[in-house]
Amino acid sequence: MKVPRPWSARTWLDTAHVVTGLPIAVVLAALTVVLAVLPPVLRRSVRGLTAVQRSRLAAFLGFVLPPVPRSTAWRDRRLWRQIGFHLMAPVLSAFAVVLVCGLWGGGVVGLTAFLQPVLQPPPGVFRFDLRNPLVASLYTAVGLAMLMLAPIAARAMAVLEISIARALLGPSHAELGERIENLQESRAGVIDAADAERRRIERDLHDGAQQRLVSLAMNLGLARATLTDLPAPAKEAIEQAHEEAKQALRELRDFVRGLHPAVLNDQGLDAALSGVAARSPVPVRLRVDIAQRVSPTIEAVAFFVVSEALANIAKHAQARAAEISVRRRDQWLTLTIVDDGRGGASMEGGTGLRGLAQRVRSVDGSLHLASPLGGPTMIEVELPCE
Amino acid sequence: MRVVLAEDSVLLREGLIRLLEASGMRVVATSGDAEGLLRAADEHRPDLVVTDVRMPPTHTDEGLRAALVLRRQQPELAVLVLSQYVEERYAAQLLSSATGSVGYLLKDRVADVTEFIDALRRVAAGGTVLDPEVVSQLLLRGHSDPLDRLTPREQEVLKLMAEGRSNAGIGQELVLSEGAVGKHIGNIFTKLDLSPAEGDHRRVLAVLHFLKIRSVL
Repeated sequence: MKVPRPWSARTWLDTAHVVTGLPIAVVLAALTVVLAVLPPVLRRSVRGLTAVQRSRLAAFLGFVLPPVPRSTAWRDRRLWRQIGFHLMAPVLSAFAVVLVCGLWGGGVVGLTAFLQPVLQPPPGVFRFDLRNPLVASLYTAVGLAMLMLAPIAARAMAVLEISIARALLGPSHAELGERIENLQESRAGVIDAADAERRRIERDLHDGAQQRLVSLAMNLGLARATLTDLPAPAKEAIEQAHEEAKQALRELRDFVRGLHPAVLNDQGLDAALSGVAARSPVPVRLRVDIAQRVSPTIEAVAFFVVSEALANIAKHAQARAAEISVRRRDQWLTLTIVDDGRGGASMEGGTGLRGLAQRVRSVDGSLHLASPLGGPTMIEVELPCE
Repeated sequence: MRVVLAEDSVLLREGLIRLLEASGMRVVATSGDAEGLLRAADEHRPDLVVTDVRMPPTHTDEGLRAALVLRRQQPELAVLVLSQYVEERYAAQLLSSATGSVGYLLKDRVADVTEFIDALRRVAAGGTVLDPEVVSQLLLRGHSDPLDRLTPREQEVLKLMAEGRSNAGIGQELVLSEGAVGKHIGNIFTKLDLSPAEGDHRRVLAVLHFLKIRSVL
């Protein structure tokens, strides 16, 4: 714990937190006791009482507790943990107030002891004769020490309350586990949905725009082949339209293939990857050893990884050859991509490796990159198949 | 020439019919799915089948599967497969049993009307038409040229493979047993560096090697 200075904002907030804590805790504890007369009302309002403490913790200490769900049954352990907190809080707060305020107050009084002869306080406040300079300076020294200790005590009390609140008002271990599970499930859902969406777009383009463009290009081709006696400008216009239609087809085809190759759906990774490997300007040796197909999402990620990696190799590596191996062993799909290029690839290089790693992590996979200067570069990716 | 056409997009189907009829072919039946294609091919016994790869009901590769069935059932039937994308795997499957009377083209090629019709005629005449894109994909894999390492006999076998003969057909032509042909083919694969891991590809790759060399000559 960093020792706060007595005049820092942190100290003021911690002290305010301790001072406000007592009346609030007393009121909340009283309410808890009173409401216990009507148990169903208590059950429903505990969450509201907890909300007051949550906002206090957030306001003074910047500690944000996740919202508490409504308790629906008495056997909800969370409900009892909250009631326990509210009943215990006055005791804790009282202790904190006595400690912190005592230090502040004692410090101020002690520090001002040397003024006593001037101010003439009622007899009995100071037991020793303060006209003795030695005694007076002792008081001053003790007061100074107390003022230095007050911020530390306030901080300690704040930290203590945070840890108690976390234990009693925050989610339990089991709840956190459940939350992680929910997050994992919803993330998988989002990823699957995005993947399904890509496939849907691919299908829509295939059934719609691509067929229409093929038909358009064919009709223009037919016109170009048959209408040979047209005036030159008309012929030129048809020729140009024909070429442009073909170009549009090519561009659309490349785009759609990058989106989600149809062959991946139909025949799986092996077929789709050999297409990618064949298109690569750097010669690629591909080995695929997958006895049983993996899920469409994992297939899509694996495909994306290999095609991105090959694009990277072509763009940056100055490699003469690359080797890709894809193996399935039990629950893991392992991709290894090696090239004999100049190496020096890094996640920070803006070479798309970061995007690759992100996509791999999104399915709880891992990506390992080894790329010493001078090469070779090896990317190893493991993807879970379940 | 009598043609059966399978294409699920009505727009494109109508266009293709117009194109084929304008070029003097006769479209005797059309179908929007693979099952209809198989029925029509069985019923009409056409000279040529032109089919899309992706058709209902699953919209995956049923057109290709139908083409493979047809090639098994009617070996003398010429089949041209059209696809939005060319995948060497599809090409390999089409060419795995025999390499003649078969074509595999990108759909875009129908735009170049004259070349397209010419391709149809070549396939119908027993030839092999592969989309330039497939060929370039496959040839990218080749490195130095090991073709001249083949013995004259092996070159003959390869040439017949390229013309689309089955092992039995090659055996008849060269007066060899089928086993001997198989041995020659095995040697060709080895000399062309086509490992067994390439599976179905090997025949295609070997043939393509041959086609490449011959077109250079």
